[in-house]
Amino acid sequence: MRDVAIVGIGCTKFGEMWQKSFRDLFIEAGLMALEDAGMSGAQVEALYGGNMSSGIFIDQEHVGALIADYSGLTSNSVPSTRVEAACASGGLALRSGIIAVASEYHDIVISAGIEKMTDVGQEKAMDALAAAADREWEAALGATFPGLYAMMARAHMNEFGTTREQLAQVAVKNHYHGSMNPKAQFRNRITIDAVISSPLVADPLRLFDCSPITDGAAAVILVPAERAREFTDTPIYVKAAAQASDTISLHDRRSLTSIDATRVAADRAFRTARLQRSDIDVAEVHDCFTIAEIMAIEDLAFFEKGRGGPATLADETAIGGKIPINTSGGLKACGHPVGATGIKQAVEITEQLRGDAGKRQVDGAEVGLTHNVGGTGGTVVVHILAR
Amino acid sequence: MSIGITTYGVYIPRYRIRVEEIARVWGDNPNDIKKGLLVFEKSVPDRDEDTATIAVEAARSALQRSGLAGADIGAIYVGSESHPYAVKPTATIVAEAVRATPELMAADYEFACKAGTAALQTCLGLVAADYIKYGMAIGADTAQGAPSDALEYTAAAGGAAYVVGKNRVIAEIEDTYSFTTDTFDFWRRQGELYPKHGGRFTGEPGYFKHVLAGARGLLHKTRSKPEDFDFAVFHQPNGKFPRKVASTLGFSQQQVKQGLVVEKLGNAYAGSSLIGLASVLDVAEPGSRIFMTSFGSGAGSDSFTFRVTEEIGKIQNQAPTVAELLAAPFYLDYALYAKHKNKIVL
Amino acid sequence: MTVPRFWRKIPNRYNLIGTKCENCGTYYFPPRPVCPPCRRKGVIREYQFEGSGKVVTHTTIYSAPEGFSKMTPYVLAIVELDEGPKLTAQIVCNPSEIKIGMRVKPVFRKLGEEGPEGVIYYGTKFIPV
Repeated sequence: MRDVAIVGIGCTKFGEMWQKSFRDLFIEAGLMALEDAGMSGAQVEALYGGNMSSGIFIDQEHVGALIADYSGLTSNSVPSTRVEAACASGGLALRSGIIAVASEYHDIVISAGIEKMTDVGQEKAMDALAAAADREWEAALGATFPGLYAMMARAHMNEFGTTREQLAQVAVKNHYHGSMNPKAQFRNRITIDAVISSPLVADPLRLFDCSPITDGAAAVILVPAERAREFTDTPIYVKAAAQASDTISLHDRRSLTSIDATRVAADRAFRTARLQRSDIDVAEVHDCFTIAEIMAIEDLAFFEKGRGGPATLADETAIGGKIPINTSGGLKACGHPVGATGIKQAVEITEQLRGDAGKRQVDGAEVGLTHNVGGTGGTVVVHILAR
Repeated sequence: MSIGITTYGVYIPRYRIRVEEIARVWGDNPNDIKKGLLVFEKSVPDRDEDTATIAVEAARSALQRSGLAGADIGAIYVGSESHPYAVKPTATIVAEAVRATPELMAADYEFACKAGTAALQTCLGLVAADYIKYGMAIGADTAQGAPSDALEYTAAAGGAAYVVGKNRVIAEIEDTYSFTTDTFDFWRRQGELYPKHGGRFTGEPGYFKHVLAGARGLLHKTRSKPEDFDFAVFHQPNGKFPRKVASTLGFSQQQVKQGLVVEKLGNAYAGSSLIGLASVLDVAEPGSRIFMTSFGSGAGSDSFTFRVTEEIGKIQNQAPTVAELLAAPFYLDYALYAKHKNKIVL
Repeated sequence: MTVPRFWRKIPNRYNLIGTKCENCGTYYFPPRPVCPPCRRKGVIREYQFEGSGKVVTHTTIYSAPEGFSKMTPYVLAIVELDEGPKLTAQIVCNPSEIKIGMRVKPVFRKLGEEGPEGVIYYGTKFIPV
């Protein structure tokens, strides 16, 4: 086993990209990453693409081949693999690429994530997202994705006294961060009042508690650590790539207020990296809904269980606070093209650790963490990256 | 050998709409309606209820009442004029939901408001001839009245299930008689949403001719007189017709009182007389005799006489009674009622 | 959901038929063919749940996908059956009535349909006791 480094990153603008197709998006992200690494496509040895639902969104499977083909990489017959773990598809693609390099199977690997969600109507998109839950025993009974997280929110509020305002502050903070991110889908600032008075989606979650439907793609280039300086002066090293699974349905979980797979993946990551929670300077966590960020910062053990809400309201997770969370704007403001999010998180942390995050920069950031969740917690992938 | 009702169950949806509310929308005088029909409100199904769900709940109530298992049921017949499918039986949905499958006979019946009592006669025959040990007959409906038509005031929802057997009989079926003619008093063509009717033709040539002939036929056959009975139950399209037919036959208003459920329920069509019968069984004492004549447009009537046995006390309170089901309703306004009844075409 | 797929689980949906592992005594609804703690040592048998249980968390859905959009708002909950397993189900009650801890019992209702020409899906919802 050998160490792995990120030497190139690329990310498209996130949003409703009517003019851009699935192919346009991944080509753009891939080219940006190669440019960033000063690398030619011919050097790429393997490709991992995270994508949740090309089948439902664009009626297309076999996207591993499609991505390699339209990137011009099939001229080298590059092995190309599509990986899927619902909203953790990107994180899974990253981990898969890392394992390929660490195990010495390949030297130069692209891990990408791509989702094109707006070619279908709203109802179809919601139905595609419900496939991340248990179709037979959750979705078929009328459960929606927001509905499942809403039930976790209700339980969390009941058990820990988490308030409606604390949930809202997650969205407020992430929009504040997003306002400083040129790639973000939403760059407007919002207030707690705006969140609380937005239309109900699944009580207690309202429209502004929910991440949007987004198109976008992101890519990172992975090489063995010993070769990183061939491509960049600011290699970012992978200290851990951990993954954990849990039941697909929420009703089968041990807890309704905690995502156990996050706790397990985080413990595995910190053990591998030989680091403490306090070593993390900045983190991208999975805020598909505001309650998800509150549970994440608790389950990652940045804060005690039940204290995520008060900590957020006290600005401890904003830039300048104790542990800045989601400087990209998170899923809420930056947007959530499902399969791309896990890779975008790695792109954001890389920019932070390189000192390239502009107005969003966390001063002196040396170690960062990404946290990507599939469904209501059936899959979690946690990475720790460092300068 | 005794043969008769072993157990029964009723289901009535919790929603209601008042006559005043329907009258308000169509510009009718509610007092005239109430006086003319002697109906004050009617039951309305929930958005996720239909004849199948009502039949299942009634069937489960019947089995729960007596402790009989679904696997003991050898036949299920569901009578309705609002089966959810034109082709695909309601009876099999009920059979699955009470775990009576796969060894049983089953079919759906249709004869307007007497489809349930026709099913009862079939079960009686199969049990009497020892083809099956227990047979279940259900009459259930989510009746549709055309908006602004007079029938809209009474077309209601509800159902009752009866199990016929030779064991654990709570009310012997002493005899049965039917009177059937080809009469066009009320009908609905395939694919049409709402029924049509012959106005005043539905009275004398329809309901009264057949109920009177059907009742007199059984009284004659059994050599009985109205005073031989403790209770009389008639099909109840409104509060007026059953009272009038009772009086014409020589039954007293006291005899029909317990079985009259239409004032608060409306006309549950295939469930109507069977729910009336259940209301009587809920309170009847051993030894009571009950006379019942149903009516179905098209047209025909089924008459039965029952004798309540000592067994009835064991099961009367083991499942919701008609009185309990009629208590504590939720009232809807016309807009919600129209949404519930799918009258707003989406 | 397609007809064969729905049909396969009708006994489970209509009658709350799940499974029980006789090796460790754990009850499962929805049914599981493999007992996770016991795996191949498990002895799986069919078990019909009585249906009584309590609400452990809930939400009211205002924005629903195809097939459920005309039923909104409806109450969704996780119900813990008395025998132990938890399941996701709709609760027949007003959004203002639902509470964590509420006792419920099963009722037979329409879950949905494949349009006016398609199959009607029936199943179990719960109602406050």
